[in-house]
Amino acid sequence: MTTLERPEIRPTSLMAQSWSIARRNFLHIRRMPEMLMDVTIQPVMFVLLFAFVFGSSIAVDTPAGYRAWLLPGIMAQTVAFASFIVAVGLTADLDKGIVDRMRSLPINSAAVLVGRSISSLAHSSIGLVVMSLTGLLIGWRIHTSVPEAVLGYLLLLGWGFAMIWVGIWVGSAMRSVEAVNGVMFATMFPITFLANTFAPTDQMPTVLRFIAEWNPISSLTQAVRVLWGNDQPLAPGAAFPMHHPIPFTIGWILLITAVVAPLAIRAFRRRTAA
Amino acid sequence: MAVATVIPMTSAHAIEAEHLVKHFGDTVAVDDVSFVVPQGTVLGLLGPNGAGKTTTVRMMTTLTAPTAGTARVAGHDVLTDPRSVRRSMGLTGQAATVDELLTGRENLRLIGQLYGLDSRYIKRASDDLLERFSLADAGDRIAKTYSGGMRRRLDLAVSLIATPPVLFLDEPTTGLDPRSRVELWDVLRELVADGTTLLLTTQYLEEADQLADNIVVIDRGTVIAEGTPLELKDQSGAAALVVTVSQARDLEAAEALMRPHVREVHVDAGARQLTAPAEGLGHMTRVAAIFDESGIVLDDIGLKRPSLDDVFLHLTGHRAEERGAADPATAPETGDAGAGDTDHSRETVR
Repeated sequence: MTTLERPEIRPTSLMAQSWSIARRNFLHIRRMPEMLMDVTIQPVMFVLLFAFVFGSSIAVDTPAGYRAWLLPGIMAQTVAFASFIVAVGLTADLDKGIVDRMRSLPINSAAVLVGRSISSLAHSSIGLVVMSLTGLLIGWRIHTSVPEAVLGYLLLLGWGFAMIWVGIWVGSAMRSVEAVNGVMFATMFPITFLANTFAPTDQMPTVLRFIAEWNPISSLTQAVRVLWGNDQPLAPGAAFPMHHPIPFTIGWILLITAVVAPLAIRAFRRRTAA
Repeated sequence: MAVATVIPMTSAHAIEAEHLVKHFGDTVAVDDVSFVVPQGTVLGLLGPNGAGKTTTVRMMTTLTAPTAGTARVAGHDVLTDPRSVRRSMGLTGQAATVDELLTGRENLRLIGQLYGLDSRYIKRASDDLLERFSLADAGDRIAKTYSGGMRRRLDLAVSLIATPPVLFLDEPTTGLDPRSRVELWDVLRELVADGTTLLLTTQYLEEADQLADNIVVIDRGTVIAEGTPLELKDQSGAAALVVTVSQARDLEAAEALMRPHVREVHVDAGARQLTAPAEGLGHMTRVAAIFDESGIVLDDIGLKRPSLDDVFLHLTGHRAEERGAADPATAPETGDAGAGDTDHSRETVR
């Protein structure tokens, strides 16, 4: 019917499709390196701010002092913010019609989400590397075995994975990048601060201490501290999760994923099917 | 890995919409829309904002499921075989959906990869497309630096990377300046000449008139008319006979001369024009003959068919575009006096 050359269209795998989309997200970072600020300058600023400005008035009982104790807390906060990156990126793509364009192609529609997850995990990993280097400069060290050190990083990335679903959920439900920013700032900041991330919980008023110690972020922070030998002896009266931070962290990762992933997929479908 | 070539057409109609219905909650966005687009032709889906054009396109391109009815693209059903539909078509959405942070070439590569095209082919096709759409010099610049027209062209080029036999364009020239619009029309004509089937939605009657072989007019979710641009114009009433005299002082004499031969005549002194309802081509030659012996010098004599804008007004009772009134090229005397009168009488009753 035609004088045009019609090329071969080969079926591609979900992984190949997702990788193409993830690579596009990496290109974004190369074009706009300031997109990495949330996992580089911002946490480094937090490290410096807390280590040197507030640190002197926060007493912790560890041999390496407050700075080594602080670092896992800031890492936990940074991976929690992975949800932010995913939500903002997804909302922007939905808003600009990029998601629709991809859905009009012969690909698995999950590739859009998987691709974004891959780039988000890479994004978080960069943050963990930057913070580890910063930590090494200010006296933080891992005092335990290699498997324990690796498990600490895996828990952080696992947390980043669970947060991706939160990001997809919020990103699909919100109508604009501004709305995402508003919602995420209003929730993620209190959640990551009302925990053992920056200050020990045993000095907090009873109610706050209870909330902070049951806060999932505290489980993650405590688990990483224990795994890396950056923890201090538990204060008397510490809540149950603080005594078993590693199983609690794994449990939280599974629970958040199991609950939020279906909600996220439903919200994404609803948003795109209109 | 198994290899599939582009799926050949299995039907004479490249696009078929069958009783498409779409509800959003209580709102009926599309209500029983059916039409066919023969292979290698252009269908203009014409209607005002909110008429249901985009929703119809989204159903036909598998982006949203119809509440009822179905559609086939290149013979593949959107409900039962969406993957084949996607392999047979390209879509250019209402907003230019290029990735602003990627270069033109990277945009083409991304979509080419997602189609599953060979990377050497993508490279070659990208060069061709960038050349064809006058983007060769801009191919390695990020799309953020492009003008509106360039983005639109890149958007279209991206839709063409796999050379789909069917192309859906949702308001392809919205927001373009007149020159870019005409350039894009030329590109679309070339595609059709090469055998591509095109469905384009537009609110611009001129665009449908320029490009479409057939037009489907939709308003409030239903098809209110369809046919060739010519048929639609004929539907909305008779053509007008327009005589332009050279000298304004001849207007009165010309009017007197014409009056016995026409039902009524309208004089536009500013334009030195006399307009009368035309009764066929023979009628025009008879009127031309009387001027021949009169000594009155004419600049022009001819038939003026109603514009598509008039057609739209005739069909729906409202203009296709809010700013339609500002367009002086539209209306010879196809009065909406009727509508005006109704309004008026309603007012006096009150």
